[in-house]
Amino acid sequence: MASSAEADFRTRIQDWLPKIVLAPSFAVTLLFVYGFILFTVFLSFTGSKMLPNYTLVGWENYSKLWALENWHIAIVNIGIFASLYIVICTVLGLMLAIFLDQKIRGEGVLRPIYLYPMALSFIVTGTAWKWFLDPGIGLEHVMHLWGWESFSFTWIKDNNMAIYTIVLAAVWQTSGFVMAMFLAGLRGIDNEILKAAQIDGASSFQLYRRIVIPMLRPAFLSSFVILSHLAIKSYDLVIALTGGGPGRATEMPATFMYSYTFTRNQMGIGAASAVIMLMTIAAIMVPYLYAELKEKQ
Amino acid sequence: MSAVSQDTAVNTGRITRAFIYLLLLLFALFYLLPLYVMVVNSLKPLSEVTGGNMMALPQTWTLEAWKSAWSTAQIGVSPTGLEPYFLNSILMVVPAVALSTVIGALNGYVLTKWRFRFDTIVFGLMLFSCFIPFQIVLIPMAMVLGKLGLAGTVPGLVLVHVVYGIGFTTLYYRNYYATFPTELVRAAQIDGAGFFRIFWRILLPISGPITVVSVIWQFTNIWNDFLFGVSFGGTSQPMTAALNNLVQSSTGVKEYNVHFAGAIIAALPTLFVYIVAGRYFVRGLMAGSVKG
Repeated sequence: MASSAEADFRTRIQDWLPKIVLAPSFAVTLLFVYGFILFTVFLSFTGSKMLPNYTLVGWENYSKLWALENWHIAIVNIGIFASLYIVICTVLGLMLAIFLDQKIRGEGVLRPIYLYPMALSFIVTGTAWKWFLDPGIGLEHVMHLWGWESFSFTWIKDNNMAIYTIVLAAVWQTSGFVMAMFLAGLRGIDNEILKAAQIDGASSFQLYRRIVIPMLRPAFLSSFVILSHLAIKSYDLVIALTGGGPGRATEMPATFMYSYTFTRNQMGIGAASAVIMLMTIAAIMVPYLYAELKEKQ
Repeated sequence: MSAVSQDTAVNTGRITRAFIYLLLLLFALFYLLPLYVMVVNSLKPLSEVTGGNMMALPQTWTLEAWKSAWSTAQIGVSPTGLEPYFLNSILMVVPAVALSTVIGALNGYVLTKWRFRFDTIVFGLMLFSCFIPFQIVLIPMAMVLGKLGLAGTVPGLVLVHVVYGIGFTTLYYRNYYATFPTELVRAAQIDGAGFFRIFWRILLPISGPITVVSVIWQFTNIWNDFLFGVSFGGTSQPMTAALNNLVQSSTGVKEYNVHFAGAIIAALPTLFVYIVAGRYFVRGLMAGSVKG
């Protein structure tokens, strides 16, 4: 009897073991991700300043947030940055991928060169571009030394143009990765289809426009999702490249959230801005992930 | 990186091809330029950077900037150089990568070979956690780390990176194990092998490639992280936060050559991984993004 009870106990443990193994990760995710999200949402409805404070103030933080000049700048900037960054990365990535796919000699050398910036930290990228774009020692200075005296490139110091330097550095960092995604998509297309279209008399341009590019739809979708997600989260690059300046000219939601929460002692408003960032990303990611998971089943 | 190039059906003329090569080379220059600028200027004395041409090779080659960046440069309030922060990063990265990878492997194993009701929901919740903007967890995380006495310590950073890293590692192993025939696991089960024995003897031996992908991904991400480092690093800040301190310091003369040397030092570990295992790096990027 004892031994059969023991065997019974062992099978029961075996049955439960997988769940026991998974449970800590799931609990940690529930607490540190979803619990924390709920807590931040809660804070966004409280009068928290330097420290959390649990008196509810309703929508006050949200109405204050949307009335703030800095938040407006941040929203306009993320709009400019995200749209340019996504469009340029996609166009550049697609172009480089199509060109690299033309039986290019030296592809094995070029591809890693296009992609290596992805291995760097945004802080390193920001440092490199910060000094390269600095008029005093960087590109402008070099052009002057090379004899082009009237050359002027002061975007990084210019309130209206500084945001574009962030686009430039971000494109430099991630466009190679988008190229790699499109290249993988191109290599997955059946050559027979292309040959058949060519026999039917399609020109190369038509071939790409009518057949190849539409077949790359999944790659377009994934790169859009990844790039928009990277754009909304972008914090490091702004800090390293412009520090949000000149003035507040390159303020973004991520830098706004950090400064209001940790340096300006407006935790309630900081939390509200984080909630808006989350909602924006969720609006893009949730349908995408849902479709992906659904497809797998 | 393998250079397998497929036959393309498209025929291109001579001039078009010349144009394509030209463009591809121009973009190669564009991607290499910042790296060139960093390396060249880190090997010059400061006077040559400020008074000379950024694109020119050094007239006097010197490692002074590197030495200064590593051991004497002013970081924040003390002239320690980047060395202690480099060590912080190592002490943070090694356990964080190891723990998150092991946990991810076990989770992937359970989620594919020991499926249960609602497992897709569990996985979906873990998967979404990879994509949240971390700003949403900064405030409560700071409070919890403070309560645990881990604020401003390396173990605190390890905890943060493990917690927010297991989503990705679970995703990698789940997708990888999903292609492994479940019948083999069932057969082993009938032969009396238990949960861990099956993992150890059957799944683990085939996990080499995905483990390389997972380790590289985690290593790159954690090494390059700035937001958590600067928020929770305190006196144990990682390399990225220290580099930012070095570059942004507003006191004294801007030592551009030291900044460049520091940036390269911060980039070296991940660049090294990219050079020796680029193929796996790319695979990780793709697996983490293209298909969920």
